[in-house]
Amino acid sequence: MLERAHILVCGGTGCTSGNSNKIYSEFVEHLKANGLDKEVKIIMTGCFGLCARGPIVVVYPDGSFYQHVQPEDVKEIVTEHILKGRPVERLLHSEKQEDGTRKAINETDFYKRQKRVVLRNCGIINPENIDEYLAYDGYKAYEKAVTEMTPQEVIDTIKKSGLRGRGGGGFSTGVKWQFAHDSQADQKYVVCNADEGDPGAFMDRSLLEGDPHAVIEAMMIAGYAIGATKGYIYVRAEYPIAVERLEIAIAQARDYGILGRNVMGLGYDFDIELRLGAGAFVCGEETALLQSTEGKRGEPRQRPPFPAVKGLFGKPTLINNVETYGNITQIILNGPEWFASMGTEKSKGTKVFALGGKIHNTGLVEIPMGTTLRTIIEEIGGGIPNGKKFKAAQTGGPSGGCIPASLIDTKIDYDNLIAIGSMMGSGGLIVMDEDNCMVDIAKFFLEFTVDESCGKCTPCRIGNKRLYEMLDKVTKGEGTMEDLDKMEELCYYIKENSLCGLGQTAPNPVLSTLKYFRDEYVEHVKNKRCPAGVCKALVSYKIKPEMCIGCGLCKRNCPVGAISGEIKQPHVIDPSKCIKCGACIQACRKNAIAK
Amino acid sequence: MKTLAELQAIRDRQKMQMASRSGDDEGKIKVVVGMATCGIAAGARPVLNTIIEEVENRKLTNVQVTQTGCIGMCKLEPLVDVIVPGKEKVTYVHVTPEKARAIVSGHIVNGQVVTEYTVAGEKA
Repeated sequence: MLERAHILVCGGTGCTSGNSNKIYSEFVEHLKANGLDKEVKIIMTGCFGLCARGPIVVVYPDGSFYQHVQPEDVKEIVTEHILKGRPVERLLHSEKQEDGTRKAINETDFYKRQKRVVLRNCGIINPENIDEYLAYDGYKAYEKAVTEMTPQEVIDTIKKSGLRGRGGGGFSTGVKWQFAHDSQADQKYVVCNADEGDPGAFMDRSLLEGDPHAVIEAMMIAGYAIGATKGYIYVRAEYPIAVERLEIAIAQARDYGILGRNVMGLGYDFDIELRLGAGAFVCGEETALLQSTEGKRGEPRQRPPFPAVKGLFGKPTLINNVETYGNITQIILNGPEWFASMGTEKSKGTKVFALGGKIHNTGLVEIPMGTTLRTIIEEIGGGIPNGKKFKAAQTGGPSGGCIPASLIDTKIDYDNLIAIGSMMGSGGLIVMDEDNCMVDIAKFFLEFTVDESCGKCTPCRIGNKRLYEMLDKVTKGEGTMEDLDKMEELCYYIKENSLCGLGQTAPNPVLSTLKYFRDEYVEHVKNKRCPAGVCKALVSYKIKPEMCIGCGLCKRNCPVGAISGEIKQPHVIDPSKCIKCGACIQACRKNAIAK
Repeated sequence: MKTLAELQAIRDRQKMQMASRSGDDEGKIKVVVGMATCGIAAGARPVLNTIIEEVENRKLTNVQVTQTGCIGMCKLEPLVDVIVPGKEKVTYVHVTPEKARAIVSGHIVNGQVVTEYTVAGEKA
């Protein structure tokens, strides 16, 4: 029977860690208790994007968007909303219109500027049910490609759309397909790079969790286009939900004859296997990924030959990122002109960003290329919390750079980001406010790449380590002006001489902060001061006697007993004992402690 | 293996099931069933289920069935509102599953208000 209401519980990683599994089972129980289990459908979906407000539950047909739902709220939602049709106001994510009525969810600040192409099914379908994917024109793009187009026409369509690789490099996807198509071999492979490694990035994970069939279908289309019968998805084992849903999706597709021999009766074979990565960052680099897929040590190798000529098991291989595949079915179904109508001159379509850091609406957003950073931060992101000032945004993770506040009106696309010394990367976007020290940020990312360097080539293995040591000196106030120049020189050396993308881009965070925030470096070196008060070695805590009322809160909260003083008398901190943990600042109600 | 036609059949069936999830109620006919304690006591649940069954059987994709709380006329429950876009709301009273079927076929499918089941019709 047709269900009169659908309850959608977010089953993305974010909401799952917020206990959405329990929320789901509570719903099942309460619906049953009220005899509603046959009238109301409950499913778990992929990510809704507004992770900051999770766990999220959406009820259709009215589209009520519940935020911060706890298992104990479920009973109220069932008895009030589901049974009696009265939405539970206190849990609704609501933005009021001028006339006092609630805005539809698509009209809220977070959603209205977004354009969901890749994430179209995330938060709408049940990713563990192939029928729901089919309902939204699932596997129709493959049918169309095979029955109405030649492989070359498919490739031309992708070329014409202007789609560029979403994994970071931004190479033309259509051209990549053409290379793989033109290589002659008895066996070719289609590979999906789901080794998302940037700290803070989770676009690919969310797509695999929310709409795994879209990636499978796109790989099938790619297989038809280049003449491959076998696909591999290389996904990190740290994404257990994504892996599980992929396994379910592949099994269901095989069951329906969508994967396997003579798929959908159209005369072509295609099957997909999963390969689980152990989480090395370098395995996101395509040649290292292919090595790892073969079961070898994940180290990059020289290119050329490119994978399109000599890839997996020495055969021509097409390798694309998850989000790139996420666009393919829509381009086939809606035409390249439709896709090219979105975006900027050289960057077409949309881009998914994982918004994080000092921003209200952390989560997943998909915007047309060419949207300004200001729109993302101030409108979609809801601005910086606690009235702080925006200082910089970091894009591209450890390979990218920082965009300073002065460039907030930059239109985000591949070429603009490169021009200002950052890069699109896979789409992590970390917002920083005035409390972030840029030297410390550069050090954080470099520490990550030093850790993740595979060690095969010297510039990356030793160069980055030396660079890190110099940065460390600066954050301790031991750096010299000469060090800054040396650092810059070393950055260029590493970029030019490293074997793979990891090393070639590793110095970017240092270079871009040196470019835009050199004064902060100079402040660390010359005045031995960290303007943001982050670098511990350069910070000292002092109590302002004129503001201290002698309440004793700081003294009680100090973990090392560094604070002394009589009640109602100004207290003092003993710098020889102070470990600069900041507990006193948090405890003080009078703002009497300064860094 | 599923043939192309079988896949299309799944698509069509499932699309119907998921129509309510579009969140887009523009141009849709709204059917609102009173489901407060009074409505439920008077038998609103079977009425609601009947309407949904009819909507499914007739493959009506432009209809949105929701429920509401008590609107004060408890003695006339079960109450069903039918709101056709651009037209005035019609309220049916003392609705039974049989009446509900007549309302779906008469009002929703054929656009003819079933006057004898409305508030005014009851009085007459």
